[in-house]
Amino acid sequence: MNRPDRTGEGASRIGRDAITGAADVVPEPRRERRARRRGAGRGEATRVPDADFRSYHGRPVLNQIVWEAPDIGGYLFLGGLAGASSVLAAGAEYTGHPDLARPLKYTALAAISGSTAALIHDLGRPERFLNMLRVFKPTSPMSVGSWLLMGYGPLAGVAAVTAATGWFPRIGRAATVGAGLAGPLVATYTAPLICDTAVPAWHDGYRQMPFVFASSAAAAAGGMGLITAPTAQSGPARRVAVGGACAEVAVSTYMEHRLGFVGEPYGQGRAGVLTRTAKALTLAGAVGAVLGRRNRAVSALSGAALLGGSALTRLGVFQAGVQSAADPKYVVVPQRRRLEERESAEARERAESTA
Amino acid sequence: MTADESPPRKGFFTDTSVCIGCKACEVACKEWNMVPEDGLDFLATSFDNSGRLSADTWRHVAFIEQRAPLGHQDAGVGRPEGAPGAVDLGMPSFDLPGQRTDGEDQGDFRWLMSSDVCKHCTSAACLDVCPTGALFRTEFDTVVVQDDICNGCGYCVPACPYGVIDRREVDGRAWKCTLCYDRIGEGLEPACAKACPTDSIQFGDLDELRERAQRRVEDLHEAGVSSARLYGEDPDDGVDGAGAFFLLLDEPEVYGLPPDPVVTTRDLPSMWRHAGAAALVLLAGATAAFAGRRA
Repeated sequence: MNRPDRTGEGASRIGRDAITGAADVVPEPRRERRARRRGAGRGEATRVPDADFRSYHGRPVLNQIVWEAPDIGGYLFLGGLAGASSVLAAGAEYTGHPDLARPLKYTALAAISGSTAALIHDLGRPERFLNMLRVFKPTSPMSVGSWLLMGYGPLAGVAAVTAATGWFPRIGRAATVGAGLAGPLVATYTAPLICDTAVPAWHDGYRQMPFVFASSAAAAAGGMGLITAPTAQSGPARRVAVGGACAEVAVSTYMEHRLGFVGEPYGQGRAGVLTRTAKALTLAGAVGAVLGRRNRAVSALSGAALLGGSALTRLGVFQAGVQSAADPKYVVVPQRRRLEERESAEARERAESTA
Repeated sequence: MTADESPPRKGFFTDTSVCIGCKACEVACKEWNMVPEDGLDFLATSFDNSGRLSADTWRHVAFIEQRAPLGHQDAGVGRPEGAPGAVDLGMPSFDLPGQRTDGEDQGDFRWLMSSDVCKHCTSAACLDVCPTGALFRTEFDTVVVQDDICNGCGYCVPACPYGVIDRREVDGRAWKCTLCYDRIGEGLEPACAKACPTDSIQFGDLDELRERAQRRVEDLHEAGVSSARLYGEDPDDGVDGAGAFFLLLDEPEVYGLPPDPVVTTRDLPSMWRHAGAAALVLLAGATAAFAGRRA
């Protein structure tokens, strides 16, 4: 793996930039000043020294993500909310929490409908949505996801409608269980979906992203349980909400740390604001859910904070991807480092074989 | 693709050392493929005014101006370590052709020009992630979008490690170079290669192009152009070799190319495993939350 914390080659690369034609060439003293200023402003030393790299007039290497943040951010959030709500609804149904199960089934149906609608709305040719079902391609998480939605959507729908009407209780129970089992996949498949791209801040986080999304989904569904169920019935939802919230903050912080240099966008600009606000809301929601466990209003407020936090987490991840695709350094620097490490390893091998 | 009747793999070899930046390839591509106009902007980046490859730019000529010694001997004093060596690329001068005595009065300046295009990767991320099957591999081992199937999901755009394919905003579908699928099927060469006046863009059987490129880079090294290198020709690279590869005179990133691209789907099996594990953790966590209540 890359070791972004080791930028030892910086010194030897000074002066190798194209002097004319490279818009991003900054003299070393100015770069140092800039780094110091940024460090002071945030009250901490920068984790990674500013990377020295070359590019084509400072232009991005990747083409920018064409998805709209509200559409695809919403698609990620609502899919997670739906999937985890179905899991909670199934659990609530079988442990005698009908007042928790019912609203969560409604939530699942509404959220998965919203998620699908957002996906369709984002298409360049929405009328061709059904082309998604032309083929089944395991190499395309969006294809897998479309088929998953085709299976899960009707289950969530039947579970919600039977809960509302009281018709066909046995079919309703089967649908509830089915949706509950498919739910975790619905909540997590969107992580491979965004990680299976060349966007550095997404791709390189593929080991942690599914756990961020799963915990964020749990916090959101738990939060919805706190809003909709009476305190007597919302115990399991509260535990899921608090556990999910803590895991969400912990795993996403861990992911940003592991990404190192490539993870910078998660802490900068709009993505930084979204990510920090998400964590603050999520933690506040978790604390409120614990302290306000006997108070319906406080519980509902905490649930709303958790929902907001979960939504902002996804928007933050989305925005970090946009920022990371826009800056050529996140593409060039890690690849150049990988190349140089490989070359020096090969040189070592050659030296050893001749010795 | 090994069946006897299937044609050999076709590709481009773009030799940037003879590119003169005329942009005939850009124009020919737009004309033949009826690619709409996408702004006649002055970008203030040398002579480049198309900027990047996009839905409406399938050939893009990059211009890089470098203050590097060119065409005359120097002691190397003050030259950055590892900087490109001296080479006469036949740049425009103020003298009449033939009037100039070589090596005497040329400036410390060189101009790099390169016509970029879709790489038609052996392992193509855009094709892998396309959920509709609109992107497919042709009998020539090229990668083409079927515009009557593409629903504009936009997944291929961030999947491409080179920033090639893009969505055309006015019609909502993804577009990119087809390696003139309609022409090569008829035995014609692609429009850009046809229009190229210096044979900087060479079209042909990929195996033959690779041999030719190897000879060309050896010739250049012999002539003292130590900075010449091939990009994308290695079948063992991150995309298992590109169908369109290049001879460059500087590091790839200087031309806006990623130095070591890897097809993102190489990690997809691991991504699915991690997602499966996360799904199980979610299921287990929720179960524990309900079990705790019962206990």
